[in-house]
Amino acid sequence: MSDKEIDQPTGVETTGHEWDGIKELNNPLPRWWLIILWITVIWSVVYWVLMPSWPGLTGHFEGVRGHTERANVDAAIAALESQRSAEMQQLLSVSSINEVESDPQLLQFAMNAGASLFGDNCATCHGAGGQGFKGYPSLVDDAWLWGGALDDIQKTLHHGIRSTHPETRISAMLAYGETGAFDRGQIDDLVEYVMHISGRSANQEAVVRAAPLYAQQCVSCHGPEGMGDPSQGAPNITDAIWLYGGERADIRETIYSGRAGVMPHWTDRLTDEQITALAVYVHSLGGGE
Amino acid sequence: MAENGTRASAATGTGGDIMFIAAVLVVGAIWSLFTAARAGDPLMGAHAMMFLAATALGAFALVSHLSSGFKSDQSSYEFGVVKAGVFASVFWGIAGFLVGVIIAGQLAFPNLLYFPELPWTSFGRLRPLHTSAVIFAFGGNVLIATSFYVVQRTCRARLWGGLTPWFVFWGYNLFIVIAATGYLMGITQSKEYAEPEWYADLWLTIVWVAYLLVFLGTLMKRKEPHIYVANWFYLAFIVTIAMLHIVNNLAVPVSLTSSKSYSLFAGVQDALTQWWYGHNAVGFFLTAGFLAIMYYFIPKQADRPVYSYRLSIVHFWSLIFIYIWAGPHHLHYTALPEWAQTLGMTFSIMLWMPSWGGMINGLMTLSGAWDKLRTDPVLRMMVVSVAFYGMSTFEGPLMSIRAVNSLSHYTDWTIGHVHSGALGWVGYISFGALYCLVPWLWKRKELYSRVLVEWHFWISTIGILLYITSMWVSGIMQGLMWRAYNEFGFLEFSFVETVEAMHPYYIIRMLGGLLFLIGAFIMAYNLWRTARGDVRESEYARDAGLVAAPAE
Repeated sequence: MSDKEIDQPTGVETTGHEWDGIKELNNPLPRWWLIILWITVIWSVVYWVLMPSWPGLTGHFEGVRGHTERANVDAAIAALESQRSAEMQQLLSVSSINEVESDPQLLQFAMNAGASLFGDNCATCHGAGGQGFKGYPSLVDDAWLWGGALDDIQKTLHHGIRSTHPETRISAMLAYGETGAFDRGQIDDLVEYVMHISGRSANQEAVVRAAPLYAQQCVSCHGPEGMGDPSQGAPNITDAIWLYGGERADIRETIYSGRAGVMPHWTDRLTDEQITALAVYVHSLGGGE
Repeated sequence: MAENGTRASAATGTGGDIMFIAAVLVVGAIWSLFTAARAGDPLMGAHAMMFLAATALGAFALVSHLSSGFKSDQSSYEFGVVKAGVFASVFWGIAGFLVGVIIAGQLAFPNLLYFPELPWTSFGRLRPLHTSAVIFAFGGNVLIATSFYVVQRTCRARLWGGLTPWFVFWGYNLFIVIAATGYLMGITQSKEYAEPEWYADLWLTIVWVAYLLVFLGTLMKRKEPHIYVANWFYLAFIVTIAMLHIVNNLAVPVSLTSSKSYSLFAGVQDALTQWWYGHNAVGFFLTAGFLAIMYYFIPKQADRPVYSYRLSIVHFWSLIFIYIWAGPHHLHYTALPEWAQTLGMTFSIMLWMPSWGGMINGLMTLSGAWDKLRTDPVLRMMVVSVAFYGMSTFEGPLMSIRAVNSLSHYTDWTIGHVHSGALGWVGYISFGALYCLVPWLWKRKELYSRVLVEWHFWISTIGILLYITSMWVSGIMQGLMWRAYNEFGFLEFSFVETVEAMHPYYIIRMLGGLLFLIGAFIMAYNLWRTARGDVRESEYARDAGLVAAPAE
């Protein structure tokens, strides 16, 4: 069992051990293997000398290069900020946001900044192209709940909608059904009324019944013609654009339970100049007024 | 002849094993009754009931085994438990690969495979099911089965502990079931590859100590003067996994009847402990354990001596000493102090050659038998496995370099790297071992079909290549997109644009996984027919005809 022998095909001696028919050759360590092993060891020792490495009882060896990743990050961020600082300063100092669009260079900068900020902050709800989803307004059409002029958009970004900001844009579609303000029949009639003024076929008797109710309860926000009021965030209900869906069931749900979607305010997260850039970008998406 | 006279000591060496298993069953039953009655949450109640059912089944099996008077031949090897392990390996393998394909589909088509009313189908719950099923259920059963086989054959000794190996097998698989059902119900301690909660961890600790004792006991009573290299690796795997498992899972349960616990560690210490565990799960479970398989099955199948005894010693000890320090490379550019990152990275670099020592010993064992690669698809599978091992143990140190890691970290490159190791190395060496074991255990001369092994090999290989190449491309692209700045100093791409760009690669990855799964089904069929004793006559008749042809 412990007899060393010469392995026939390779001519190498075995170690003389055997387990379940398995023997071992007595080959030396491959030279290249050993050399690379030592190179990696030596490289590691050099690296330890250069870089922060072994810990002691208090603190650790700092490395002769004095390398710290935190300083590198700070430097990288500072470099990036200085690269952007001239234009950022300009964005901050414009007296009116409309000036940005008349300066082609500044406009290009603001569009780049805005696109980057939009992707990281806005696309989650409004979609990558600002196309919107049910409950999250589209930013590419020309329907603007709170106004689509540059300074309207800027203000919405600053203060948010029903957000925690003290100056937030507020006012909501009330829950007329849940609060008991309207009964079931009244809501059904109002649904027909909304269908009617948005140009679709409706039960005319119900429309007639609902007219006084609309004049009494809805006009103050949606206006006598249903054209809405951007100063109150009230949507136009005569067109084909519906944030929460325009079918009878959707409209009934809206009147019954109310609607009060939230957009956060961005002053805690973005700087004033970033918000300016973002407003310019959103304004350009297609539907700016 | 002596059958009637020896009934009293039926099936057991000393009787200590029966006492031990009975004690575990009684304590387990009392614990689960108590917990089921007073469960702090319904999930704990469900698990206590499952555990109770398991103890009842265990008691029934034990009593019926004892009363049957069955007397196993103590002079022969215990191969029954190895056969059970082969079954479990194939079953869990297919389950794990299937879940992998499903979650790959969820990533490629998130809306199509999203069922909000069925929370257990969500990616967050299926993902740990996949990782645990392939690593611990498939890999673990392969390791237990092969280690029980190899340690007996290379020690010329029956497994130590009477029925204890069976306790290890069933106990381990009970742990798998508890872990898997826990994930589906939403129980997790949120530590990657260590998701099961405290009570499952405690159970696994008991099982694992029993496993260690069986293995050590068998080594102690070996009839060979030396311990074979495969057994060093198995032992390193068992001992180190015990240590890692216990330390990383130190936690305080909310109460003894609650499924929730809180880790003993917090913040960056928790992260470092987790990755010390996580990386060494790769090192000692998926590397050391499967190197043990390689060291037995490749020389056996090739019928050649191991290339270098000296290399096996040096690479074993260097691997063991260096691997354990490499974990911090999972936490580059995080809150982990930079000196710890330096050490993690340098130890990973130094790990390159110790890892490759295993590859050299595996490949060079074929010296003088390279021609067998052409004719023996099982051997070819194992050799390709070693090649994948070499590739991923080169890629690993490369990715641990901080500058490389700043590109690769958090991207699909990592996923590709893991799968070149998991599908290529762990998968193929396991398949090779299973293809060897089934004819040996069921005493068949040949596999049912070698042609089916060829099909398995090629389908799976194409699958692996699709998988890892798509993840390389997707991962590197993802990393480059994340760090791209435009001329004005702003990020070029938003996150969602990078997700969109990866869509085609996710489809390719899913297809690759699907091919791998199909290969596993082919293997299962082939092994099943082999165990039944079938032989695909047409194939072997043709081969025989070739041999019979006179050489001119």
